[in-house]
Amino acid sequence: MGRKRKHPEKAAGGVTRRGFIGSVGAGAVAAATGVARRGESTPEITDPEGMVQVALRVNGRTHRMLVEPRWTLLFVLRERLGLTGTKVGCERGECGACTVLIDGLARYACMTLAVEAAGAEVTTVEGLLDGEELGPVQKAFVEEDAMQCGYCTPGQVMAAEGLLLANPSPTFEEIRRGMSGNLCRCAAYPHIVKAVDRAATAKKKGGPQ
Amino acid sequence: MTRDAKYWAPEPTPETPEPSGYPAPWKKTEVVGKPLPRVDAYQRVSGAAVYPSDLILPDMLYGAVLRCPHAHARVTKLDVTAAAKLPGVVVILTPTSPETEGITWPYYDGTEPVPILSTTCTFEGEPVAAVAAETPQQAADAVRAVTVEYEILPQISDLAHATVNGEPQVYARGDTAAGFAEADVVLERTYRTACEIQSPMELHGCVVRWDGNHLTAWESLQGVFWMQMQYAQVLGLPLASVTVNAAYMGGGFGSKLTISRESIIAALLARKAARPVKLFLSREEAMLVTGNRPGVDMTLKAGVKSDGTLTAFEFTDLSSPGAFSEGGEGLNDWLIRDLYTCPNVRCETSFATINAGPVRPFRAPGHPQGAWALEQMMDELAEAVDLDPVDLRLRNVPSVSQARGNRPYTTTGLEPCMVEGAKAFGWQAARTAPAQTGHIKRGVGMGACLWIAGGGGPPSTVIVKLYSDGSVNLNMGASDIGTGTKTWAAMIVAEELDVEVGRIQIENADTRATQFATSSGGSKTTPSDSPAVREAAYNVKKKLIEMAAEEHDLDPTDLRLADGAVLSRSDPSKSFPVTELQGVRRQRVVVGVGYRGPNPEGKVVCPFAAQFCEVEVNTRTGEVRVLRFVAAHESGRVLNRLTFDNQVFGGITMGIGYALTEQRVLDRDQTGKMVNVNLHDYKIPTALDAPADMSSLAIDLHDTECNTTGAKGLGEPVTIPTAAAVANAIYDAIGVRITDGPITADRILMALEAQGKEA
Repeated sequence: MGRKRKHPEKAAGGVTRRGFIGSVGAGAVAAATGVARRGESTPEITDPEGMVQVALRVNGRTHRMLVEPRWTLLFVLRERLGLTGTKVGCERGECGACTVLIDGLARYACMTLAVEAAGAEVTTVEGLLDGEELGPVQKAFVEEDAMQCGYCTPGQVMAAEGLLLANPSPTFEEIRRGMSGNLCRCAAYPHIVKAVDRAATAKKKGGPQ
Repeated sequence: MTRDAKYWAPEPTPETPEPSGYPAPWKKTEVVGKPLPRVDAYQRVSGAAVYPSDLILPDMLYGAVLRCPHAHARVTKLDVTAAAKLPGVVVILTPTSPETEGITWPYYDGTEPVPILSTTCTFEGEPVAAVAAETPQQAADAVRAVTVEYEILPQISDLAHATVNGEPQVYARGDTAAGFAEADVVLERTYRTACEIQSPMELHGCVVRWDGNHLTAWESLQGVFWMQMQYAQVLGLPLASVTVNAAYMGGGFGSKLTISRESIIAALLARKAARPVKLFLSREEAMLVTGNRPGVDMTLKAGVKSDGTLTAFEFTDLSSPGAFSEGGEGLNDWLIRDLYTCPNVRCETSFATINAGPVRPFRAPGHPQGAWALEQMMDELAEAVDLDPVDLRLRNVPSVSQARGNRPYTTTGLEPCMVEGAKAFGWQAARTAPAQTGHIKRGVGMGACLWIAGGGGPPSTVIVKLYSDGSVNLNMGASDIGTGTKTWAAMIVAEELDVEVGRIQIENADTRATQFATSSGGSKTTPSDSPAVREAAYNVKKKLIEMAAEEHDLDPTDLRLADGAVLSRSDPSKSFPVTELQGVRRQRVVVGVGYRGPNPEGKVVCPFAAQFCEVEVNTRTGEVRVLRFVAAHESGRVLNRLTFDNQVFGGITMGIGYALTEQRVLDRDQTGKMVNVNLHDYKIPTALDAPADMSSLAIDLHDTECNTTGAKGLGEPVTIPTAAAVANAIYDAIGVRITDGPITADRILMALEAQGKEA
């Protein structure tokens, strides 16, 4: 200890911004190929700074916009489309606060680039409402008090939607396991599990959703 | 500067207005106590609630902070030339920027304030420079493009190598030597707890905007008024030039009782850019710099007579506030001083500064640590004198606060919590169940507690307005940090004014629109603010009755308010709808103001609890499963049973994390850096870790003295005895006591091996 060591920070060294963007762009092209397989057009790089044109389908609306290839779906939903029901908790796929449905599957929006989501059907918590009327999972969360601070709640609701789409009649154990990808530091878990169970019943009564 | 903000020991506030004819305790309630869903649940599940991190302002920039990556280092070179040229970069601040000159960050503990941006960094993550750019990605690019060189200095991140700060704080009563001399059994053990991180789901940060010389901050905080004071003090502004709003916020657990250094940095960036700035920390940054529950090394020596009478406690501890304190260190000894009757007690508390992030209050500061030692010791003493653990505790229940001049408690729930909890749990049967064979062992354990505060106190000012159509506006300063504050407040108004909860509009936690309330922390929001809410509504009711009496020449004492009308008790035919009262029609609004009166003189108000659990330990893998929990809480009157139970289960689950998985790991021998700085490696409980079988008992002793609603705090006690109860259950299961937390699988296997038990 006490020795002197110089630590130049990395980014200031050899990597230029253009080079950095180029390398991310290459990644995005790979991601875009995946999208193309879903039958949509391949996003093209049209902007000198590396902006990409995408058409995002969110809650039934199409948003045509320019995005940087590195922008996550989470960032675009919240900061560009103003759909702030989708929350940010870790930006590394550990907490689940940003859970949305992508083509009916619960996915972390922080681990999905916006360009990857192009062409898919994205549903956020705002998309579960019918006008101002809450959806059955949302109603169940209200009735069972399945929240405390409420910040993780939209993600929990979307995870529950995804779970019930995949398994309309989960057991309590399946619910606990199915919801375990969404952290709640207030730990409203017992009420969350009850709410998902209640929502399953409500959805069945209400016919196919 | 914020010493007076220490929320667990409210100073007397003689300026608090005397209550204006306080209402008598409720005899029976129609709304209060019912299990009602939250009044803002719709907003929270629909995405309509705008949390501070959700806010988007026109022309807004995004801030990012360059942080020292070393535990202790000096900045020897800082060059922002390249960063400034990057696209989208608008403002860069460095320690030598004129905008930061003279702006210092005062920590809680009275140490010399440090510059807002540091060139000598004493913990990993200390801010060095800051950027505002058009997008957060561009801001992050710019931070990476700053050239910094550091001279790495020797770091100490291990308590064992740290220098103790000054003399220990000593608490003493009686004569411990004499106490140990008269004991039949004397035990001495060391205990250790790990450093736990609050980790609320909404990250720390703010959106700030200048409007001339007026600063508005939307910030994820537990209380807006202390924060308004902090902004004003650091930036040299009058309180009237600072507005802080946190109507919604995504959890804090104590870590949002202070603004962050980053909040000031955001304000400076916004002022220089003359544009609004959003600056929210990343999870990694938050884990490094927004506080923690410090790990503690403790030694507890205890003496007991064979009849179970405690004779003496001697306690010493060492913990660290980190590089500085932002509040929340200490109180590790409080339960030893106060929970059980013991005439001879000596506690020596020491602190040592280390090169790690500053502590902040964390849900019941010091108490889970103290409970970890005390409640494990109580079980060992019970075994040594051949008493049941509950029985030993019951023989030492005090009715006075021994550490506060033997002042009596308004109610003492310790005994009923233990008795009722044990009954509900089936403690006797579970304790005497035959030993299991095989490698899966079951065990049961319990722990009890009180919380030093939880009685709340003044000041609090609340306004209730009745509109001309009979609907109501409730205006209160308190933050709802997830505990259901707004919901019980609406229920109290509904109770007093007989108006539907759905016809009550609430505005809260906005320094410009609401009146002063203390921060929501320390289990004191409900007992502090509920009496003020009740008095405000009560005063509206009084005015309505006085109006009706005057307009119709009636005796006000014969009148009551129900179902939107003032009614005569003696003559049921006399009914005057509120909306038709002349006074209401003339004024269009009836305003009632409520203040929080003083706490009862000469008495101590505390919540009490006892928790019981059953665990299963796999002696081959070391895995622990918590099978069930029963929690008995005496927190006075329950205002909402649904949110009450929710908080009980949440506190237990957090305590299970403390017992089994949560620990900040520093690379103490090499770099001092935190090695598990993410939510994958720092493990907070998931839905699978919360026991499927949990039940909550509310012990209401009808405390009519504590305040006019009879409610006491709940948020801290729910997590105080939990980890100790789990540790006791693990001992019961495997017959080996583990005193270092968290009790991870490897610790269980090593302990079993050391004892030569089956592994």
